[in-house]
Amino acid sequence: MRTAIGQLFLTMLFPLLSPTGGQSSGLPAGQRTTVTVAAAADLKFAMDSLAADFGKKNPGIDIKLIYGSSGNFFQQIGNGAPFDLFFSADMDYPRQLQARGLTASVIRIYGTGQLVLWSRSFDPDIRKMDGLLDASVKKIAIANPAHAPYGRRAEEALRYFKLYDRVRDKLVLGENIAQTAQYAQSGAADVAIIALSLAVSPAMQRSGGKYWLIPPASHQTIEQGFVLLPHGKGNNGADRFMQYLSTPEAGAILKSFGFGRT
Amino acid sequence: MIDWQPIWLSMQLAGITTLILVVIAIPVGYWLAHSRRRWKTAVEALLSLPMVLPPTVLGFYLLLAFSPTGGFGRFIDQYLGLRLVFTFPGLVVASLIYSLPFMLNPVIAGFTSLSPDLRAASRTLGKSDITTLLRILLPNIRPSLVTGVVLSFAHTIGEFGVVMMIGGSIPGQTRVASVAIYDEVQSIHYSLANRYALTLLLISFVILLIAYGTNHHFNQRKTLL
Repeated sequence: MRTAIGQLFLTMLFPLLSPTGGQSSGLPAGQRTTVTVAAAADLKFAMDSLAADFGKKNPGIDIKLIYGSSGNFFQQIGNGAPFDLFFSADMDYPRQLQARGLTASVIRIYGTGQLVLWSRSFDPDIRKMDGLLDASVKKIAIANPAHAPYGRRAEEALRYFKLYDRVRDKLVLGENIAQTAQYAQSGAADVAIIALSLAVSPAMQRSGGKYWLIPPASHQTIEQGFVLLPHGKGNNGADRFMQYLSTPEAGAILKSFGFGRT
Repeated sequence: MIDWQPIWLSMQLAGITTLILVVIAIPVGYWLAHSRRRWKTAVEALLSLPMVLPPTVLGFYLLLAFSPTGGFGRFIDQYLGLRLVFTFPGLVVASLIYSLPFMLNPVIAGFTSLSPDLRAASRTLGKSDITTLLRILLPNIRPSLVTGVVLSFAHTIGEFGVVMMIGGSIPGQTRVASVAIYDEVQSIHYSLANRYALTLLLISFVILLIAYGTNHHFNQRKTLL
């Protein structure tokens, strides 16, 4: 009975609640459209730039950006998260969504990522992977391989260099690749294996760290794909943003953040 | 430039949650304080669970319950058009569960501390249970109500784990202040994270200040009488 009263209250209050009026996909032309984008955390700075550039050219379209690990987004999309577009840090998660019928477009590759070794405490360009074995290196940050593609590639690279078992006790796991970078940027970890796209960002460069490109041969390629989700179907802002991504301007921005074109 | 939206969203969430909790906690607390049924202890323990459970446990089960792929989630999605996962209404429902003990326990303690003579006297004078509750009991447990309101409000503002599990950090909908701080730290926007954190700290301090001030005020009046 009491929960019934509670429910009554909830239903009375809900119309007043959402300041954004819930989801605004598929609005007629002339009105503001919102596109909610779930993007892998390695895109943090690149996607901010893309959205800013797109926003200048399309003032009627709001791009809402949410960053996190691809695996976490995969889980959330499966549970009904209202995202219009999903930018993964791999091809695997979009393909799994497709297999489950949770996509509304073909999967397109927007770039190839690159792993780097990043540190403030030593120059990775000189020591390279051997620097990880230094006694002064107490903590090595990688993204959580359980749900972050960059973490998986980092683990592969460590195994490739026969270092994984020797540094295993020093590993700290970031929730996603941006948090992993932040661990090293703040000095909480002595070194991190992160995405080149984060290493070249002004915020990371300002903190005085140096990086070294980990040879791509040491791990699977980091082909990254994006896909329209069922929630974004008919949202013409999402269509416009997808079209924008194949323009030379968008390509140049992605390239400036170190994404390779395939 | 600080974006006030996450802070405003936290305030809205805490305000609405607290308001609904007052309405729920008074009848439930009244019943728990006065009922002599044996299984009421089990109900009390159950309703206090959110206080000791890791927020991830609550978040995980709510995610399963609210997900439109599951039975309950699909039901409310199809029949009520209500999506509770990754939406603001979902955060309200989660916060109600999460903060319930913080409202309920002070209210129960308040009712229990009152002398049974109060109720008996009011009844003898021919007043109904409802009138007794509204005119006699509630005014007498005002400090407990204030404590409950303050604790639920503050606890809801401090909510993080549950919101991470079922919120999805959507700007303007589920990115509340505590989550915004987490996001800004990851973006290495320390100054912005600091401003959010400082704002929350100040708000929390002011809330507690008001609470303690009000309770001292009540206590002083009581001793004067």
